Amino acid sequence: MRFATEYRDAGLGKRLIERIHRRSTRPVRLMEFCGGHTATIVRYGLRQLVPPTIEMLSGPGCPVCVTASADLDKAIYLAQLPDVIITTFGDMLKVPGSYSSLQQAKAEGGDIRIVYSTQDALDIARNNPAKSVIFLGIGFETTAPTVAASVLEAVQEGIGNYYVLSLHKLCPPVIKALLDSGEVRLDGIICPGHVSAVIGSLPYHFIPADYGIACAISGFEPLDVLLGIDMLVTQIEKKQPEVVIAYRRGVNVEGNRRALEVMEQVFEPCAANWRGMGIIPESGLKLRQEYGGFAAERAFQIEIEPPREPEGCLCGDILRGVKTPLDCRLFRRECRPEHPVGPCMVSSEGSCSIYYLYGGSYGG
Amino acid sequence: MCLAIPALVKSINGRQAEVDVGGVRRGVSIWLTPEVKVGDYVLLHTGYAINIVDEAEAKETLRLLREMVSQTE
Repeated sequence: MRFATEYRDAGLGKRLIERIHRRSTRPVRLMEFCGGHTATIVRYGLRQLVPPTIEMLSGPGCPVCVTASADLDKAIYLAQLPDVIITTFGDMLKVPGSYSSLQQAKAEGGDIRIVYSTQDALDIARNNPAKSVIFLGIGFETTAPTVAASVLEAVQEGIGNYYVLSLHKLCPPVIKALLDSGEVRLDGIICPGHVSAVIGSLPYHFIPADYGIACAISGFEPLDVLLGIDMLVTQIEKKQPEVVIAYRRGVNVEGNRRALEVMEQVFEPCAANWRGMGIIPESGLKLRQEYGGFAAERAFQIEIEPPREPEGCLCGDILRGVKTPLDCRLFRRECRPEHPVGPCMVSSEGSCSIYYLYGGSYGG
Repeated sequence: MCLAIPALVKSINGRQAEVDVGGVRRGVSIWLTPEVKVGDYVLLHTGYAINIVDEAEAKETLRLLREMVSQTE
């Protein structure tokens, strides 16, 4: 595939790793924000290939994983209402909520349909005018514009039975919250690639400016990630932290202005509840007043029991980068892909699922 | 969830485009990239083209990579 396979060249990768070995002189701790980056790093064994001076931590960049149990419980509650069709991306289905899961709600008769796109959810709304079709809006800035576009399309077509449960979350505010917590000391961050395709590089400038931490926005092929690591090592060695784009074919400084406009037209920032991190101000998106008719929370009275977390599950700590799946006593025992205890074992961007699939004898 | 893959735009009809993804044709929304042209590559995410791939930058990154590894320090 063009613009992908060229960035998997093993020979070039080997020489790039040799270069990083030559240039990295002091111990550094880097965090890859995205689960997509974690997948590349573990799948290609990059953690074992970079010099021992480089420690790599995984961050909270998995939208399914950071969805709080209480929010998931709302989705499960909605799925049990009569004449409601829940539409969702597939990886939400198996995530355990406090008392049930969407999969269990489906088995008990809930009409829950996996869609690839909000376009499919709109089709379901068009074809089922007597039902209320609710899309579970899970995702970062990459996905939120697509959900916003679906709302605008529904307005244009006069589709009155389409709703969104907006659980969207924003990346720069959670990075700030992580850094402010002081729980993890970082020298560099591999910033999210496809979030940045939408928001550009400017929203990260506070990271080097206020925290002295180097940033590289990376793509998801192995050479993209290695280039990001090389650029971080360069900044750290020179003691000149800044924001660089290692993924220029997909990301520019300003981002996709049209996508940002659409997102900002439909949504406004709000406080959001992050698994493992709690409520973070201005880190989520809710529908603006003028699109409030599409808000599932407004259209339906949602009543949930107090949420509870699975006992012994370390997903919250893993998402903050303070623990790894290997620290969790449930990992590969009670918690497996066919029987996940926490969300990080479900999503393809979840650390536990990635370690389980690709970790091999190294574990991670 | 933030997975996005490069797809080649084959035809455009209003806010929809047909793209080729590794030999498979499918319809995508170009609501977020209205300036896209036939022959462009887009980053395809959940049925939407979320950005246009910058081919010149793609080549430049590969050139930079080759240059970086050929330097001896």
